[in-house]
Amino acid sequence: MTPSAATSSIEDLASCHDCGFVVTLAGGAHHAATHCPRCRAAVHRRKPDSLNRTWALVITAAMLYIPANLFPVMTVISLGKAQADTILSGAIYLLVHGMWPLALIVFFASVVVPLLKLFALTFLLISVQKGSRWRPVERTKLYHVVEAVGRWSMTDIYVVTILVALVSLGNLATIEAGVGAIYFAGVVVATMLAAESFDPRLIWDRARESNG
Amino acid sequence: MFKFSATTPSSADLAIPPGWLTLCHACDLPSRVGDVPAGGTARCPRCGSVLYRRVRDSLDRTLALALAGLFLFAAANAFPFLALKMQGNVTHTTLSTGVRALYEQGTPIVASLVLLTTIVAPLLQISSLIFVLAPLRLGRRLPGQARVFRLLRRIQPWSMMEVFILGILVSLVKLLDMAQIVPGIALWSFVLLIPVLAAASSSLDAEWVWRRIGLAQ
Repeated sequence: MTPSAATSSIEDLASCHDCGFVVTLAGGAHHAATHCPRCRAAVHRRKPDSLNRTWALVITAAMLYIPANLFPVMTVISLGKAQADTILSGAIYLLVHGMWPLALIVFFASVVVPLLKLFALTFLLISVQKGSRWRPVERTKLYHVVEAVGRWSMTDIYVVTILVALVSLGNLATIEAGVGAIYFAGVVVATMLAAESFDPRLIWDRARESNG
Repeated sequence: MFKFSATTPSSADLAIPPGWLTLCHACDLPSRVGDVPAGGTARCPRCGSVLYRRVRDSLDRTLALALAGLFLFAAANAFPFLALKMQGNVTHTTLSTGVRALYEQGTPIVASLVLLTTIVAPLLQISSLIFVLAPLRLGRRLPGQARVFRLLRRIQPWSMMEVFILGILVSLVKLLDMAQIVPGIALWSFVLLIPVLAAASSSLDAEWVWRRIGLAQ
């Protein structure tokens, strides 16, 4: 495979998404389905249906984001009185208690990161669809950032899990998971899948086409 | 006489012959990767994404870290990670009791996500590394290595131990004025497991492994 890959034209080359092996795709079709000779994964020139899938997941995440922030992620019932905590009030709680470095991390992980991912992916999608040639290197770096920071939004889900498990004494205090946690988990999963389905090579395709 | 070094790859086998063709995963520019020194990184000349990173003694390092990770993971799951003292009552929590409590409270979706990201994915990550690398270290090949190595790529983003530690930290602070918290053995295992897992995945030379276990070259 290697000698033929080396001699054929650049346009016919594609790399396997799973193992990076370079294969030659004949015909130049965009989604020619070939199997990688090295690892047997399906080889696509670009991720299949990248723009449609990413849009669908970004819109899903944006819709889930609203109830995720409005509804409480957990309710603390202590001595007969219940106190509901949303994502934002959880971060503010830490700030009020003087834990501002931790408050900053939580605010960043659960409020800034999901919003950053939604805005950054929307921006990347629109710029690719408009065939933008504007700063492809920086847009590629933005994509790498979105890919890397997304996981940190899971922090709040873990906090709810740990608190629910620990404070289950029943007599003095109980902590219950709220519906907000379900929506918030949905936001994290949808944005992670959206980042995964976006193909950064599209940024460079459009930049090249517009170059003429 | 049996010589151990005869069945293990010598240092000469460890380098990929320079000049191999690769496409940048971010911008698709074809490049030839030259002679990358141990510890060096080859970057795409157009967009700056990493094309290839060569780690000194990648196979030995990654395998050692994965084995250490397996022990730490076992300890992290077998022992309670936090105990809570409140009015004479002590509650111990292991990782799985948290998942069970969430499930019983009627949020099975969230419970499954926590189960996947803190137990299933890390365990698959560690065990598939060992399954692929241990036979290579002994100079053998097993059927299914390629399939398992592909699975590793897919599972890695969902293994979120380091985020879980942040979650523990935040929970501790929130419980400070409610009860007394006693950290357990599992907590220390978790704290050690995170750098071990991070080092294992950054010392892995996937291209070199693929050249050994791949179905074609």
